Amino acid sequence: MLPKEGQFRDPSGCAVTGVIDRSGRGMTGEGMIEAISVMHDRSNGLGGGFAGYGIYPHYKDFYAFHLFYDKKEAQEGAEAFIRRHFEIVYSSEIQTRKLPSVTDEPLIFRYFLAPLPQKLANSHLDEREYVARCVNRINAEIAGAYVFSSGKNMGIFKGVGYPEDIGRFYRLEEYEGYAWTCHGRYPTNTPGWWGGAHPFGLLDFSVVHNGEISSYDANRRYIEMFGYKCTLQTDTEVITYIIDYLVRRRGLTLEETAHVLAASFWSTIADKGEEAKEQETLLRRMFPSLLVTGPFSIILGYTGGLMALGDRLKLRSMVCAEKGDRAYISSEESAIRKIEPNLDRVWSPAGGEAVVFELYGKGGLAR
Amino acid sequence: MNMYIQPEYEVIRNSDKCIACRVCERQCANLVHSFDSETGKMKADDSKCVNCHRCVCLCPTHALKIVKSDDTYKINANWDNQTINEVYKQANTGGVLLSSMGNPKPYPVYWDRMLVNASQVTNPPIDPLREPMETQLYLGKRAAKIERDEQGKLKNTLAPQLKLKVPVLFSAMSYGSISYNAHESLARAAEELGTYYNTGEGGLHKDFYKYGKNTIVQVASGRFGVFKDYLESAAAIEIKMGQGAKPGIGGHLPGAKISADVSETRMIPQGVDAISPAPHHDIYSIEDLRQLVYSLKEATEYKKPVIVKIAAVHNAAAIASGIARSGADIIAIDGYRGGTGAAPTRIRDNVGIPIELALAQIDQRLRDEGIRDEVSILVGGSIRSSADVIKAIALGADACYIGTAALLALGCHLCRSCHEGKCNWGIATQRPDLVKRLNPDIGYKRLVNLVTAWNHEIQEMMGGMGINSIEALRGNRLMLRGIGLTDTELNLLGIKYAGESM
Repeated sequence: MLPKEGQFRDPSGCAVTGVIDRSGRGMTGEGMIEAISVMHDRSNGLGGGFAGYGIYPHYKDFYAFHLFYDKKEAQEGAEAFIRRHFEIVYSSEIQTRKLPSVTDEPLIFRYFLAPLPQKLANSHLDEREYVARCVNRINAEIAGAYVFSSGKNMGIFKGVGYPEDIGRFYRLEEYEGYAWTCHGRYPTNTPGWWGGAHPFGLLDFSVVHNGEISSYDANRRYIEMFGYKCTLQTDTEVITYIIDYLVRRRGLTLEETAHVLAASFWSTIADKGEEAKEQETLLRRMFPSLLVTGPFSIILGYTGGLMALGDRLKLRSMVCAEKGDRAYISSEESAIRKIEPNLDRVWSPAGGEAVVFELYGKGGLAR
Repeated sequence: MNMYIQPEYEVIRNSDKCIACRVCERQCANLVHSFDSETGKMKADDSKCVNCHRCVCLCPTHALKIVKSDDTYKINANWDNQTINEVYKQANTGGVLLSSMGNPKPYPVYWDRMLVNASQVTNPPIDPLREPMETQLYLGKRAAKIERDEQGKLKNTLAPQLKLKVPVLFSAMSYGSISYNAHESLARAAEELGTYYNTGEGGLHKDFYKYGKNTIVQVASGRFGVFKDYLESAAAIEIKMGQGAKPGIGGHLPGAKISADVSETRMIPQGVDAISPAPHHDIYSIEDLRQLVYSLKEATEYKKPVIVKIAAVHNAAAIASGIARSGADIIAIDGYRGGTGAAPTRIRDNVGIPIELALAQIDQRLRDEGIRDEVSILVGGSIRSSADVIKAIALGADACYIGTAALLALGCHLCRSCHEGKCNWGIATQRPDLVKRLNPDIGYKRLVNLVTAWNHEIQEMMGGMGINSIEALRGNRLMLRGIGLTDTELNLLGIKYAGESM
């Protein structure tokens, strides 16, 4: 039998797409399903998934945990752990639709949680750090349990199958959110574990990624110094941790984070204006081990926005588009045209150029 | 009884080719060759030959070669010829055996048991002829606070760093152990390459202060040549705690090599052996090291990175951890194959550990403790090619020191007789007639050629891996695979075996 995801390094090719309505109007998951289905050939049926933002308005103040359980005992262990650390405001099995093309699904549960105040105070941790550590502990210590979504008012839905099938399996047409991202996976080898599908999430960050980075072990060995554990051994996981570390823990802006992840070449920096030269040089000198090389195109989802970023040589395709309040990001333009044929503007961002779309006037992360 | 010892090498002269031009005679400072006026032929005294190949290279008719003598004692796997001869030598003289350059014994070379990855299909190799391929890097502390000015711009909170255009520096070789012309070659090459050379513990000749921006000055246990201007002239200061060729002892410079000029630069008497103390007598523990690090930083107003150099020894990882917390900006680790101008043979050949293992352990240890950003790691002893550089960086080094390879570029033939001070190539000598044989105009160019060639090769291999910045190779151990290694060795190196997938 092939080893489980996380016991080996698993690079993969992929399709990614995302949409945001910057006025905050809700869209069902149906659009994303339609869009990704156009890029069917960029996936191979071994993984698909979605992240929706603004989908839990009634529970928006609570951490929404989505968990996979391989077996019933895992659920008991995980729920005992959760009860020790959180108040469970509401929990239920996630409603799914039986499809012939989606098989071997694990138990899938959802919990809306608030950290136990005393426990949180005793931990001397920032609330988000407390939640992130709890997620890491469940994933590392409770065999057969896996938290795959842990943000507020957002949720990740993923599994083994083609992404359009996974979307229908999770009945995403019944959810409404202001932003969605989607991922179709083409892994070069996989045992087909549901937790290994993407998006990868940490708190409200979600990342979908297409590529195979060559800097992986340099990035991994560096980021693991700061308490992260790359258990899945995927590019997406390490990229998510890098973004979490730089944005949440070090306080960099998204633009600065992009200058670390996909730093301009020294020769390009030399040609920039004084201020940009100084700032970008400083970032490269401070975080050289977080430079990501090799092909990647990612869409980062977070509360209030989406960011598209490609590697500095632009070794993976990435198209952005706008139509009114809506902004689109996709591996291929066809996926955008499928759901919005008449676009105001379509463009391909340069390698290493971060494109950020945020809700109007909400003061997101971009600054 | 002074036991006769058969010379190890024999000079073979092809009499059909020899024209008795006497070039070999003039070139040999060891006085091997002589002209027999009676026969009109050249003669050779094998017993004086150190096998430096000077005569072989300069013979206009290529009439000379040096061969290993086939004279032998009765074959004995335990008592080989050299071992027996060394006993005879010591019985003859009562002295400690001296050697030069790196450990020549057949210990495993781990560089040669590691293989490098390349991209196929799933991600593309990058072509360095057509795309940028960055080998530039900075050395020093990277741990820094994020602070912003009123406009929200990041403030530069970094400690001083060294900028390198190539991941290779010239390692410490003192003026005294090597010649003025050798130093000039290194200094000028470092300047042209955008890297650094290192004064070693011999002070800095007054003529070379102008290369200060590309100079690392050393503070060793003898404190030779250390004074205010010396520290201030440099780009960085290196505290030499140890050296790979002779861990546990200080430097040796035979009096024969201490000329007037060397004496002035080192601030020591002429013609007297300069034996550095084994320890720094103000450093008997890690907290003492911290005081010296900060003394040097105070003296230079915190404008220069401080490097602490240690020999790779058994407990290197824990020692490095201590150094990383001592205020040092860079740790230099010197492997047991590192060269030297003079070392007791027994120490050179038996003390210390391979740089590959020390590096792997130190890099991992600093990461385990979360302090890898406190220091950069430089490794040397011995880095022989661009492939060694690639492997060292993938194991976790920031950049590499080269000494022996640089001397080879200057003409050294590794005869390992530096301590005798009669280097026919004008490198490890202070005799003016020999020193002038090394033309710094040519020498520096050869060093530039060597490092430039390596840099091209490094770029090619990086491109093959799909990596376009040397920084993304640092510590990227998945790019390495072991071959012919035991499980213990693989674990120590932190790499997988060839054939194991990602």
